[in-house]
Amino acid sequence: MVLTGPSGCGKTTLCRCFNGLIPLFYGGKLEGEVVVAGCKVVEHSIYELARHVGLVFQNPENQLFALSVEKDVAFGLENLAVPRDEMRKRVDWALQITGIEDLSERPPHELSGGQQQRVAIACVLAMQPDVMILDEPTSFLDPVGAQKIFEVINELNKELGITVILVEHRLDLASKYANHVIVMDEGKVVLDGEPRGVFNSEKARLIGVGVPKATRLYQILGENGIRLGRVPVTSEEAASLLREVLKRD
Amino acid sequence: MIEVKDLCFTYPTGVEALKGITLTIDDGEFLAIMGQNGAGKTTLVKHFNGLLKPTKGEVVVDGVTTGEVSVAQLARKVGFVFQNPDHQLFCETVEEEVAFALRNFGFEENAIKKRVDWALNLLDITQYRQTSPFMLSGGERKRVALASVLAWDPQVVILDEPTIGQDHQQKEKLRQFIVQLNAQKKTVIVVTHDVEFVAECNPRVVLMTEGKILAEGPAEEILTNQKLVAQASIVPPQITQIFLGLSDFGLPTNVIDVHEARRILLDILEGAS
Amino acid sequence: MSMFEGFRFRRVSSVIHRLDPRVKFFFVCVLFVTAILFSKLPPLILLFFVPLPFVLAAGVQREWIRSMRGALFFAVIIFLFNFVFTYFSTQYPQLPSASLLERSLAMTLRFLVLVESFSVFFLTTSPDHLGLALEQSHVPYEFCFAFTTAVRFVPVLADEAQTIMDAQKARGLELERGNFLKRVRNYIPILIPLIVGAIRRSLELAEAMESRAWGASEKRTNLYVLKLKNADYLLAFGSVLMLIFAVYVWRYVPVPTLITLLRL
Repeated sequence: MVLTGPSGCGKTTLCRCFNGLIPLFYGGKLEGEVVVAGCKVVEHSIYELARHVGLVFQNPENQLFALSVEKDVAFGLENLAVPRDEMRKRVDWALQITGIEDLSERPPHELSGGQQQRVAIACVLAMQPDVMILDEPTSFLDPVGAQKIFEVINELNKELGITVILVEHRLDLASKYANHVIVMDEGKVVLDGEPRGVFNSEKARLIGVGVPKATRLYQILGENGIRLGRVPVTSEEAASLLREVLKRD
Repeated sequence: MIEVKDLCFTYPTGVEALKGITLTIDDGEFLAIMGQNGAGKTTLVKHFNGLLKPTKGEVVVDGVTTGEVSVAQLARKVGFVFQNPDHQLFCETVEEEVAFALRNFGFEENAIKKRVDWALNLLDITQYRQTSPFMLSGGERKRVALASVLAWDPQVVILDEPTIGQDHQQKEKLRQFIVQLNAQKKTVIVVTHDVEFVAECNPRVVLMTEGKILAEGPAEEILTNQKLVAQASIVPPQITQIFLGLSDFGLPTNVIDVHEARRILLDILEGAS
Repeated sequence: MSMFEGFRFRRVSSVIHRLDPRVKFFFVCVLFVTAILFSKLPPLILLFFVPLPFVLAAGVQREWIRSMRGALFFAVIIFLFNFVFTYFSTQYPQLPSASLLERSLAMTLRFLVLVESFSVFFLTTSPDHLGLALEQSHVPYEFCFAFTTAVRFVPVLADEAQTIMDAQKARGLELERGNFLKRVRNYIPILIPLIVGAIRRSLELAEAMESRAWGASEKRTNLYVLKLKNADYLLAFGSVLMLIFAVYVWRYVPVPTLITLLRL
């Protein structure tokens, strides 16, 4: 699921409600109910929820504290007092899925932003959560680095069945993997549905959501009476839909 | 005018960041320096205000060789807005923050007051005049940093990765702002890897990879060249990708703008019927 | 500052590097205690040469020399202090005696032996190895974590300090000009963003830690474990022998001064 909305709409705050950082770490008042993986968030400590919900943050640098990659990946498991043999297996597994086995003994300072972010994902993955939330994980990465991260995240979702909540602005890169989009504005959910409907909606345009250019093209062609078969979200979709229209003529 | 002649730069750690760059930037140009992280973009622009001095070759800004003058002297002409505003903010009020550079450059009090007013107004942050910059949101802090650089009215404005973490509307405002600066005959240099943003601005693009200039030219030529784009490890704009997928229909392959795309498609479809 | 250079770890592996840090530390403590026991030159000179084979075996000669050079500065100060102070409080106004010279030299050499042994320890022990040793020695995990995290972020903070200096220089700040007071004031635009940045960073780190189950268990497990090997036992045994020998000599054997030895 992709969670998006203008800066300050509350997406980051919402993420932190899912794993207990709000209200336990930050204080404040929480009304209503948040239930994640069957647990009522307010009834559990953050470390209990950490078994079910993983959170990957925006800045790759500030999530890595150990002096080698595999020690960082093991951090969560060490906290959970997982026995050493099991821990070793899980660490190797997480490193393999994120494609960073060759970096296992490197110190974080020597890695690029994209590599660091993959380590951060491995760190969370090792704890085998049911839900993984990623708060603008590609902000500091270049487009190729960002694409690699989205591919890893997609694999986690499709191969391992982990529920993924991705907070993003770069919808052109992220939306091709999503099957659910939620748009927030000023602390409220204003759009909730599958990507095509949400990106094409009037409300998305009013709020100023940066919909993918493919969708934008669909919209402005529609203004001139050219109707494409479906609302495209990726460039491949748009190309094939345009192909049909061009062939007709 | 900024002239870069065969510039080579090696960091004290031994990393060879620039391997022979030759480039000329005329007054009033709008230039985007693009490439993946580590290509040397920021290293290159740090030579324009003297933060880095060439290991070999030279950089000449308005006739002055950068190796011979201090950063403060060059900064008068070349304003540099860093990626993270928190690396600059330290004053108790926004007003002091914006005035900081003016005081360093020796402006007199009257001039300082006028310029601070002007800069705050330009960036729409006059209401925060007496606020502590640390109390503002991320986007507002970016505007304070920008105001503090524009306050001394430099001829050249360098923006280092200005679109990181920005939402769509913020980027749109930034784009309009750059157009405004350009209209005032200022040279604007943007270091970025945000291809969609560059596609919307359509500047002159300098593509870098591994310390060298791979290619330069108008955005619609550079960003639509598949080979170059792959070599520089960036991604072509979505509109370009769409048109590349339809090249067998005889559609032009140098389109980066969504409105241009519409125009071309309408021409074809209306011409056919 | 270069005295601290010797304490910086270099990424190299050798027999010495692979020794258990706890055993190495015990050895260093034995050297420390032995140096304190003796205040005459001959045993201290011998002691100075003891860590040298370790330095050579570890291949860290260059760094070791650098740290000793840095320590020399302080050594000279210690010598002068000791010599001048003792002279004026005991022998003045006669001429200074050779035994006074020897005693001051011995004090200085003692200082150098201490720097030398700790420098060898830090040069041959990686921070993560050290952190692991601390953990296994039952130091509370919070301290071990604080230690390794601090070491991990030293290069990050150094880079950030450089970036902040660049950003402020680009606004006309001149760090090299002005009298002493002005120069100190000019560092405020560097320090404040650095400190604020460090605080923000700590908050983000804390969030990440909490999200990865910090505090979930009373007793944490560990991915790595330090196991004592033959070489470790050898060093430990050797250190104990050395300690026993040193105490015996100190207690029962009259140690000659260098002057006495030279006369013989």
